[in-house]
Amino acid sequence: MANKITGAHAFMQALMQEGVDTIFGYPGGAIMPVFDALYDYDKHINHILTRHEQGATHAAQGYARVSGKVGVALVTSGPAATNAVTGIADAMLDSTPMVVITGQVGAALLGTDAFQEIDVVGITQPITKWAYQIRRSEDIAWAVARAFYIARSGRPGPVVLDFAKNAQIQEVEFDYKPCTFIRSYLPIPEVQPSQIEVAAALINGAKKPFALIGQGVILANAEAELKAFLEKADIPAAWTLLGASAMSYDFPLNKGFLGMHGNVAPNMKTNECDVLIAIGMRFDDRVTGDLKTYAKQAKIIHLDIDAAEIGKNVIPDAPVLGSAKDTLPSLTAKINSAKHTEWIASFEEYKKLEFEKVIQREVHPESGEITMGEVIHKITHATNNEAILVTDVGQNQMMAARYFNYSKTRSMVTSGGLGTMGFGIPAAMGAKMGAPERTVCMFAGDGGFQMTIQELGTIMQEQIGVKMIILNNHFLGMVRQWQEMFFEERYSFTEMQNPDFIAIAKAYRIDGTEVKKREELDAAIADMLKDDKPYLLVVNVEKKGMVYPMMPAGACVTNILLGD
Amino acid sequence: METKLYTITVFSENTVGLLGQITIIFTRRAINIETLSVSPSAIKGIHKFTITLFATEDVVSKVVKQIDKRVDILKAYYNTDEDLVFQEIALYKVATDKLLEKGSIEDLVRKYHIRILEMNSDFVVLQKAGHYAETQQMFDELSESIGVLQFIRSGRVAITRSKVERLSDMLENIQQKFEKK
Repeated sequence: MANKITGAHAFMQALMQEGVDTIFGYPGGAIMPVFDALYDYDKHINHILTRHEQGATHAAQGYARVSGKVGVALVTSGPAATNAVTGIADAMLDSTPMVVITGQVGAALLGTDAFQEIDVVGITQPITKWAYQIRRSEDIAWAVARAFYIARSGRPGPVVLDFAKNAQIQEVEFDYKPCTFIRSYLPIPEVQPSQIEVAAALINGAKKPFALIGQGVILANAEAELKAFLEKADIPAAWTLLGASAMSYDFPLNKGFLGMHGNVAPNMKTNECDVLIAIGMRFDDRVTGDLKTYAKQAKIIHLDIDAAEIGKNVIPDAPVLGSAKDTLPSLTAKINSAKHTEWIASFEEYKKLEFEKVIQREVHPESGEITMGEVIHKITHATNNEAILVTDVGQNQMMAARYFNYSKTRSMVTSGGLGTMGFGIPAAMGAKMGAPERTVCMFAGDGGFQMTIQELGTIMQEQIGVKMIILNNHFLGMVRQWQEMFFEERYSFTEMQNPDFIAIAKAYRIDGTEVKKREELDAAIADMLKDDKPYLLVVNVEKKGMVYPMMPAGACVTNILLGD
Repeated sequence: METKLYTITVFSENTVGLLGQITIIFTRRAINIETLSVSPSAIKGIHKFTITLFATEDVVSKVVKQIDKRVDILKAYYNTDEDLVFQEIALYKVATDKLLEKGSIEDLVRKYHIRILEMNSDFVVLQKAGHYAETQQMFDELSESIGVLQFIRSGRVAITRSKVERLSDMLENIQQKFEKK
């Protein structure tokens, strides 16, 4: 008979079987047996103690997004689980593979309102791919195997394992089999040749084809397949916020950023193209604006791995179900080589317009206060366009997405679907842990930075070399922008009196500089990038900066305000 | 688009919390479930949900896709009444003296094809199977004439007009593909 081990040790063994080497967590009563077991595994598993459970989940997300591995967060029951909910929801909306383990009271106490008991499975079911309560130690191996399989396969997403304390303690014979098949779950639909035929015929007949690139390409590791596809038929392409870095910034067919604060040309061309090819994106309202006027002139091809996305917002003429890794090569094989020189050249006019009306003043101002755009522009160049960008949410996020350059894939970590302020600092920690050899630049506003500011403690303790940049305008900038544009400049509770951020960083023994004048900026950036240590750069930017271009919420995709 | 009654059929693994996962999808879109019935299906270990709702086809098709996407759901699909043979069952409790006063029980039995499940000096329990309109018609008639003490109607049960239960074919396919791997 095999040796029996405790459930907590069985759990550690199971994590090792799944290749877990990094966990972001926070201990507490109902998960203590697992933390006790973790003490014996510190040579194999690097546990990062965050300062809040939300931070643990965002760090796991950042780790997953840059590494492609499943992020793991380990927290206790009750308030820890509810603190983790924001990160779980964020991972669900942004298709991030993550397994969150929450402690739970012993099975005998379930449903009795015991101390720190909360219905975690009930709360997280709507925001997870799978949520399961482990009540017996016999189920640990099965549940962990299944959790990792579900989190990483198909369209990835978060899984919650709610681990009852009795199951952590009970002894069990450990017998681990990885999960490779669940009969009720088909993660990658098979490519249907008939769908490929229809889509290829549309592309072959197109005079003005245009491709929209989403995160599906990155999640499928199909960047090379995408490039081959676009190059063969000479198709210009633009990316969604989550699709950023799927194409290199200097790839000639890369025509920029889509959506509300995207580039003018790709938004305008959406309503001029004759065939619109959406690849691994979900026609979010921040991309489409008003669906009634969206790409009505075009035949629409939609490639996606998730059948529930096809026809959800835009009804395609040619749906192509499957992983981009499979569908793109199948499609490339069936399309003709083509040239669309004139069509591609027609993007230039809008690009020029945007440069003159927006980019010139934002990125290359000659006088006045420092702008957000110029800070981002200087930093992306100072890192040779090779850094990973992590953003918080708001103006800092849109500006960074617009002006940062991505030369490698998996170089952009942001909270797109949920739009979680406070995402930046912990996600940047996770990103640096997931890609330690790369420079990680995190941009936040003064608002979002203070939502998870306690994670500076984690950065101090672990010496995580993230480069944090606060674009400080003393306002909740994006809300202020909307108040200026749509609420008659009634600045209701958006102005902030801020602390001395550098003094706070110093208290955490993190080096930093505050910049008030344009002349100081280059030297401060050089100081920040001189080594691989954590650093805080606070840049006081213009107080009433605006993110342009802007397509107002619910407006037509071509209704773009340039701010002049 | 026209709103009408659709029947959604869901086959699932028999795991805890499945009903919650399904109803969440209705709640998010603020759709009422008209009727719901859940029972083990013909295939061991697999449960079958039959849900009716008023919606447009556009909405019902999206709801079904979102249900089908859940990990423990084997298959979900929707039908209109024309595709289905379906039935509901209703029980009516009425006062015995009032029922006898009304006159002929035979007329009631012949008109509505009812069964009498229980009868004593206080009350009678009548059972009628039929479509919603039929069970409702009998309820209306009894309410108006003698009053109904208690009334309960089941959710819809439905069978498709196609030859086999689609799920068995699907399961076979899935299993074969897995074994080939």
